[in-house]
Amino acid sequence: METDMQSSKQTIDAAKIRRDFPVLNQQVHGKPLVYFDNGATTQKPIAVIKALTRYYENDNANVHRGIHQLSERATNGFETARKKVAAFIGAKSERQIIFTRGTTESINLVAAAWGRKFVSEGDEIILTEMEHHSNLIPWQLLAQEKGAVLKYLSITEEGTLDFTGFESILSNRTKLIAVTHMSNVFGTINPIKKIIRLAHDRGIPVLLDAAQSVPHLPIDVEHLDCDFLAFSGHKMLAPTGIGVLYAKRSRLENMDPYQGGGEMISSVWHDKSTWNEIPHKFEAGTPHIAGAIGLGAAIDYLNTLGMENITHYEQELTTFALDKMMRIPNMKIYGNAPERGGAISFNIGNVHPHDLSHFLDQQGIAVRAGHHCAQLIMRKFDIAATTRASFYFYNTFEEIDYFVEQLTEAQRFFDY
Amino acid sequence: MNPEFKELYQEIILEHNRSPRNFGVLENATHVMEGRNPLCGDQYKIYMIIEDDIIKDVRFEGSGCAISKASASVMTTVVKGKPKTEAERYFTLFHKIVTGETDEEETFESAGKIAAFAGVAEFPVRVKCASLAWHTMHNALQGNKTSVSTEE
Repeated sequence: METDMQSSKQTIDAAKIRRDFPVLNQQVHGKPLVYFDNGATTQKPIAVIKALTRYYENDNANVHRGIHQLSERATNGFETARKKVAAFIGAKSERQIIFTRGTTESINLVAAAWGRKFVSEGDEIILTEMEHHSNLIPWQLLAQEKGAVLKYLSITEEGTLDFTGFESILSNRTKLIAVTHMSNVFGTINPIKKIIRLAHDRGIPVLLDAAQSVPHLPIDVEHLDCDFLAFSGHKMLAPTGIGVLYAKRSRLENMDPYQGGGEMISSVWHDKSTWNEIPHKFEAGTPHIAGAIGLGAAIDYLNTLGMENITHYEQELTTFALDKMMRIPNMKIYGNAPERGGAISFNIGNVHPHDLSHFLDQQGIAVRAGHHCAQLIMRKFDIAATTRASFYFYNTFEEIDYFVEQLTEAQRFFDY
Repeated sequence: MNPEFKELYQEIILEHNRSPRNFGVLENATHVMEGRNPLCGDQYKIYMIIEDDIIKDVRFEGSGCAISKASASVMTTVVKGKPKTEAERYFTLFHKIVTGETDEEETFESAGKIAAFAGVAEFPVRVKCASLAWHTMHNALQGNKTSVSTEE
């Protein structure tokens, strides 16, 4: 363990990396900021902030429209970002990358543009009980509209998927499996390859909610063979308001448009129109150009560090944190998957998560308290809320030490 | 620890959270109202027996953060045995206290135990926690039938 930590500390030098993140260098309530709410959103490095400024100061124009120099530069920047995204997740072509506002919009896009066309009354969509509401509500809306049926893969006490009944809930009416790659509550990394293989054996497409995985793990969509993959820029150093939908080319070609407007059309008459080619068919209106360029800059930054190094370092942080946290009396950690990422949900004794997170905030520590947009999980575990600490590569072992110390202090303060 | 934070979680609040008064179901209640804060999952049910416009008995059950639970507990001790009009007066005063609209003198002269919640005013995000049970009680007194939510 010790030697492992030493070696990865050389590849990920968090102390040095932190200098790239101006926001981390501040005090909150008189204490150095410890930002452990990365599952919600991550901080931005100077490189990303500068990419935005540079774009607005030098190149700002609309894309795919003007013949003028600025429009050409903006288009170039926007389309280069698309290529970077494609390369980052191993997509064969950048035409498979659709820019959206985020994971939520990406999934809504599939539910609307693919679901409305291919899902009919009595058809079945398989979800899991560990889904974030963003991979749940769009399917509920679709199912209500179409008279389709939602079926759920349940979760175990360990916060992993229970596969015992899996094959029996698949049927010839199953139209889609939509599942999270990494749980935002338990940190569980689901056995996606296995799910996709079982699904594809029956000709069922699979959508991956990769909001929590793409920022932390090396992803290769060709290797995973997923049909759809959705993720957000802001959870991986990029600005809010930019996200990605990846899909297999044939799926995109067969889908109807999502929204109507400029950019997504080829020819327009009084009563009908023809659609632009992919990916533009799905990008109506002026896109978040600066956001896409920011996402490109974020990907450059992540590539410089190396996703494998990031995963490795975060695994060590997580193991270190879990080990220390489990020594705290009355600590209950939700989720104990063998393969997991750096999101840890927990409760200490009877201390309510809101009181605990308020206490931690006073000590400069930012964590999330609540139901984490995963009320099915909360109901299953019969809890109203948990506190969640979630890490990124700029977090340090020292921060975890301080965090664990403050958890003990909080317990003392609330006197349970 | 920051003094405002200590003021918020002063001993009387922590103590009421640990050992809430009038906690549990009240059989034969004439007024029952549920209050929820969907954002954080806080949920309480207030039971009252009201006869001749007097709150003869009041109990509550549910769960939530220390501030919300202590507030519910203190609320029951304050309104129990009081005429409805007086309970309403305390409701108004409590709201003023947690939003910082009273001066210190007024708070300490007439508020008694609920003055302990003056610290909430420093933390606007916790006002909803503190007021939930009071709003629920108020709505029950008004004779409203539906449950109360902080987000409506």
